[in-house]
Amino acid sequence: MENLRYEYPATRPVPQRAHVGVVGSGDLEILLSPSESQHAEVVIRTSVDGYEHVWKSVLDRFFSRYDGAARLELNDFGATPGVVMLRLAEAVEASEGDAP
Amino acid sequence: MEASRGQIWFDALTSGKRSASNNEGPIRSADAPLGEMTARFITVVPDPHNRFPRATDNVVGLEQGWLLARAVRNAIDADRETSIKRPVVAIVDVKSQAYGRREELLGVHLACAAAVDAYASARLAGHPVIALIVGPAMSGAFLAHGYQANRIIALDADGISVHAMGKEAAARVTRRSVEGLDELGDRVLPMSYKMSAYAKLGLLHELIAGVDADAPEHEDIDRVQSSLIAAIDDARQGPRDLSSRLKSPDAKRIRAASIEVRKRMAEQWDAS
Amino acid sequence: MSAHDTFIAQHSFIELTARERARALLDAGTFRELIGPFDRLESPWLAMQNVVCQSDDGVVIARGKLSGEAAVIAAIEPAFQGGSIGEVSGAKIAAALELAVREFEAGRKIRPVILFETGGVRLQEANLGLAVIAEIQAAIVALRRYVPVVGVIGGMVGCFGGMSLAAALCSRLVMTRQARLGMNGPEVIEQEAGVEELDSRDRRLIWSMIGGEQRTAVGLADALVEDDTNQVRDAVLSAFERGVPASHRTEQVDAQLERLARVDPSAIDPAVLRTLWQGDA
Repeated sequence: MENLRYEYPATRPVPQRAHVGVVGSGDLEILLSPSESQHAEVVIRTSVDGYEHVWKSVLDRFFSRYDGAARLELNDFGATPGVVMLRLAEAVEASEGDAP
Repeated sequence: MEASRGQIWFDALTSGKRSASNNEGPIRSADAPLGEMTARFITVVPDPHNRFPRATDNVVGLEQGWLLARAVRNAIDADRETSIKRPVVAIVDVKSQAYGRREELLGVHLACAAAVDAYASARLAGHPVIALIVGPAMSGAFLAHGYQANRIIALDADGISVHAMGKEAAARVTRRSVEGLDELGDRVLPMSYKMSAYAKLGLLHELIAGVDADAPEHEDIDRVQSSLIAAIDDARQGPRDLSSRLKSPDAKRIRAASIEVRKRMAEQWDAS
Repeated sequence: MSAHDTFIAQHSFIELTARERARALLDAGTFRELIGPFDRLESPWLAMQNVVCQSDDGVVIARGKLSGEAAVIAAIEPAFQGGSIGEVSGAKIAAALELAVREFEAGRKIRPVILFETGGVRLQEANLGLAVIAEIQAAIVALRRYVPVVGVIGGMVGCFGGMSLAAALCSRLVMTRQARLGMNGPEVIEQEAGVEELDSRDRRLIWSMIGGEQRTAVGLADALVEDDTNQVRDAVLSAFERGVPASHRTEQVDAQLERLARVDPSAIDPAVLRTLWQGDA
């Protein structure tokens, strides 16, 4: 198990908190809430060690399009980058109020 | 065949003074004096001639579950019009539930639930229910026979353990050696097989050391009887539910999360 | 309705997460979760064993209404650790049932529903999982005097271990065909007793023994439904409308011992059992 942490610059306030996913095999859950500070922070707990570079590249890609000052907590049980991107998109959609 | 722990302690606590006793099959039950009162003692014993071949050891299978329920309910019925209900003492020596395809087909889960129901109903009716652990108290068998008690007492001796899964099976599932499991249990308290560790969970009313579990002498029996009497008195003064399990200093430390869940759910129960 | 229309209209219950199941069963717009993910009440025991936690520890508790009546649903999430019961997930179920008892003691009413999807005790929390299952069972026995405690087993994990006893204590049990209800999982039986006793890979045999259809046919469950959310909801509502049964299965000791006595252990199988036990009240 690994604990990873990332920060990205961001100032746009997050409209509402959101939760998506489950910590099942090949999946992850994401808690999205307003960050306490003037940037976005990502805290990851993952069951699979040694993929720090993959997480970094997934998050770099995500934050190139998302500018919310969010705190993202990811509890991961071996999701692929594709599943991670999907869940991140779901979390943002729920947070921006597009989904019920 | 050597007598089981359950049989030994049933005999020790009811010897010569039994009434209303049942001495056949996988269950032993009898009323016998305990201090100033009369208590019903119930235990599970090996039953080599059980109709179900997978239920011949000290296990809770189909017949054991329903017969336990009957033994407890007989006590409830006998005291229905009495204001002071007799104590019910579950002498616990059960290595597991019965594992078998007939058991699954015929609803061993329901048979065990019947015993759970009977003990819980006795407790709710005002009978002090005490579990006296003298051997293994494992998994579904302990849920059925003992875990609904107001107070749980255990002897501190070899062959006595409370757990959700037998050691060999748990070692297989966690892909460890039995020694590795012991090491894990030393780090993760709820996974330990030691009674000293179980005692720290806050669920045990008393761990009785220095008693010969296999061949109890007079002093040993007296000692256990005193503990039973004290536990019964304590139970009579408390609520009829299981809330006392979260009140001990050990519980407040080790089961803090359990207490926090109750607290937070009560806070959130009504919409603000 | 044509077969095609039926297929399109069917809403799988099994494919929903625990949260979605609870929301789908409650009256529209009434779902309110208690101790949800953002409360972050997680397992105190998993991290030290290098297992990633789920923020709700795998159980969703939601209040709301069922046909306009106050209700509380405890839904177990099968995707997290096989729905296994740990200290916190079990405590959430026990706390909800204990608070439901207090509602009745205060002169109010509430309809309790448990969505069972669990392998039993979470081995990483062993004795705390076992202990809290005893507390869940205690609360069901206390609560079902006031109101039916309704259990639903959806599948695909089914309901095993100590929680199968809790399911058996429920006033009414709703099962889908895909669901299984048993005390020990088939793999455990095979491990303990050998493959001659039970071949855990024989899916047809397993379901014929402990699946929803068989359990309902022999009186170990009360309602058989398709994997459809509307059917599950209807069965749950119907169970409440029937009220508390005159006696619960677990109280019928003499009758059940008599049923057991009809069985010849050397010549029993699912079909024979149906002829022996079908038609009992």
